[in-house]
Amino acid sequence: MGKLKIEDLEKIAEQTRRKMTVREGTGKAKITVHMGTCGIASGARNIMSAFLKEIEAHNVHDIIITSTGCAGLCSKEPMATVELSGQAPVKYIDLTEAKVKKIFEEHVIKGKFVPEFAYAIGSERIL
Amino acid sequence: MDKENWMKTHRIQIMVCTGTGCVSNHAFEIKEALEKEIAKHKLDAEAYIATTGCNGFCGAGPIAVVQPDGIFYQLLKVSDIPLLVEEHLLKGRPVKKLMYTMPLEKTTIPKMSEIPFFADQTLIALRNRGLIDPEVIDDYIARGGYKALAKVLTSMTPDQVLQEIKTSGLRGRGGGGFPTGVKWEACKRSQGETKYVICNADEGDPGAFMDRSIIEGDPHSVIEGMLIGAYTIGKATQGYIYVRMQYPLAIHRFEVAIKQAREYGLLGKNIFDKNFDFDIEIRRGAGAFVCGESTALMASIEGRIGEPRAKYIHTVEKGLWDCPTCLNNVETWANVPQIILRGAKWFSSIGTGDVSVDPWGGSKGTKVFSLTGKVNNTGLVEVPMGITLRDIIFKIGGGIKDGKELKAVQTGGPSGGFIPENLIDLPVDYEELTKVGSMMGSGGMLVIDDENCIVDMAKYFLSFTQDESCGKCVPCREGTKRMLDILEKITMGNGTNEDLVLLEELSAMVVESSLCALGGSAPNPVLTSLKYFRDEYETHVKDRKCPAHVCKALIKYTIQEDICISVGHGCGVCRKQCVDNAIVGEKNQAHHIDPTKCGKCGICYDVCKFDAIQVE
Repeated sequence: MGKLKIEDLEKIAEQTRRKMTVREGTGKAKITVHMGTCGIASGARNIMSAFLKEIEAHNVHDIIITSTGCAGLCSKEPMATVELSGQAPVKYIDLTEAKVKKIFEEHVIKGKFVPEFAYAIGSERIL
Repeated sequence: MDKENWMKTHRIQIMVCTGTGCVSNHAFEIKEALEKEIAKHKLDAEAYIATTGCNGFCGAGPIAVVQPDGIFYQLLKVSDIPLLVEEHLLKGRPVKKLMYTMPLEKTTIPKMSEIPFFADQTLIALRNRGLIDPEVIDDYIARGGYKALAKVLTSMTPDQVLQEIKTSGLRGRGGGGFPTGVKWEACKRSQGETKYVICNADEGDPGAFMDRSIIEGDPHSVIEGMLIGAYTIGKATQGYIYVRMQYPLAIHRFEVAIKQAREYGLLGKNIFDKNFDFDIEIRRGAGAFVCGESTALMASIEGRIGEPRAKYIHTVEKGLWDCPTCLNNVETWANVPQIILRGAKWFSSIGTGDVSVDPWGGSKGTKVFSLTGKVNNTGLVEVPMGITLRDIIFKIGGGIKDGKELKAVQTGGPSGGFIPENLIDLPVDYEELTKVGSMMGSGGMLVIDDENCIVDMAKYFLSFTQDESCGKCVPCREGTKRMLDILEKITMGNGTNEDLVLLEELSAMVVESSLCALGGSAPNPVLTSLKYFRDEYETHVKDRKCPAHVCKALIKYTIQEDICISVGHGCGVCRKQCVDNAIVGEKNQAHHIDPTKCGKCGICYDVCKFDAIQVE
């Protein structure tokens, strides 16, 4: 890029926003893919890649994707938890790339959770 | 997929600290190991490694922060990296053993934002630390960079900018605390067709690294501040950054930043297509302390010997090449864009006092300190003005090392003074620190415990200023030398009561009659130590003893025979370790130190497991 105009500042900020969302750790939605040994064995890495592809396809910048360990439901893997800011987290089970696409479009983008793929809403109680 | 698109999909950003502290602790090897392991697990498209400037927690380096989780990893070794990558980056299980542990409670704190060292700081000058790559201008722009410049060029007159800086209450962060707005106004009013803007990056206080860290972590914030200053003052198309050769990484980051800013047209002609030209050049200093003094600095830029001149005529009227010159310190410049963006009211809501009538009436905003010495968390901290020294040392600093007692805190480096333990509830404020004989200074903060001898510390600081005195004026050149002789005499056990009186007289003379602030403030460590720790001087003089067991001529090491035999069974470790061959004794028998050979290095005291060695 050559000499900047004032409006270019906003363009650069927009292009870099995804990076900054991750660095600042604050996003509109947080997607957690369960990546325990059981998750990875049943294909969690493909699920992770599918979510990343969706982010790219929709060109959204304010979504955080992270991984966590086994959720204790090894038979339902691959799993992911979707949490929109201010709302209860939703756990999705037995994921496939096609399911990821639908969950991303419906839940993450439009804010409507997908009951047919969901296992539970809310967090476990920790005593 | 091109590289640009790749960057969009990274779900992990690993922020590897590459400030000078972490680099010297092998941060770049950590980065290489991360790259290797990430490639091994095929995480290249998911994890991005960014290098950042100093995070400030230098005592915990090398540091890496994994985002978006905000997990802070410290004291990393190359051998830790395979575990970190597999567990955290791949499987999402942060690695507890590499996290920060509270010094007293021994609890582990995973998140950077919850570690007291970070949580209790307020960041303005260091707002981008750990979040941007200092060598990537787009990162700075993404965090609102150059927006303040755009704002002043499109919607503010120079007078409005000046008013904003005056209202904010910003004062010089280099030590003097001169109101920035007042300085800019004086320079703006001065007659002259050419004016200059200078950034003083000649940070020279021993143990101080505030400015270096700002430059290494966020060089564009300084450049943007200088651009706004030049626009305000008017007729200034050339700026200089004067930085010492001892800061190679800072110079490199400035060079990269200036090059990138020129490519984007943010330095050069018709910036943002407005009728505003400005460019910056770097001038390297050789590292003489006196060149941090504004007139000496300008002499050095002009190619003359770095010596100060009397300031009957201020540099805002006749500075560099006799042109009106506006010089501010790195940290001062770095504050300017934030004041413009967030407003003077926001800035002046932080801090002490009232600056609406008297520009000297309060201390506003934040101050960066390098916290060093006998404190658990050493590093760089930015705190709101008005915070107590106690909060800095005990909350952010995590208390005194090894559970020892706080004796004093030294602020302002060789130009500042000692503040005793009973005054540490004092708020950090230009006037309050000056009242007790110390000063804000550029931001050195040295924590002293009861194992430090106050006379020895005063001697250390004075030997620094004496050594760095340029020699132009007699009071500084000769006065500090004679003062140092007296301190030397006292620590050798040859001091007299008259020496203490003479020391005070000489101090007053040097303060009064020196040409510049180097001499004018050099006696501060001596004066404050005499004021608050006179008894310690008197013990040196009357009893010929050093209570902290530091002054070698006044201490003696002996072995307590009964402990040596009954507990230690004459183990002989001290004898083997003694560098002077001063310890004699057979195994299972008591050992002795030959005082004529003993060099008083204290190694025997440190190595004896049975505490049989006594020092008095």
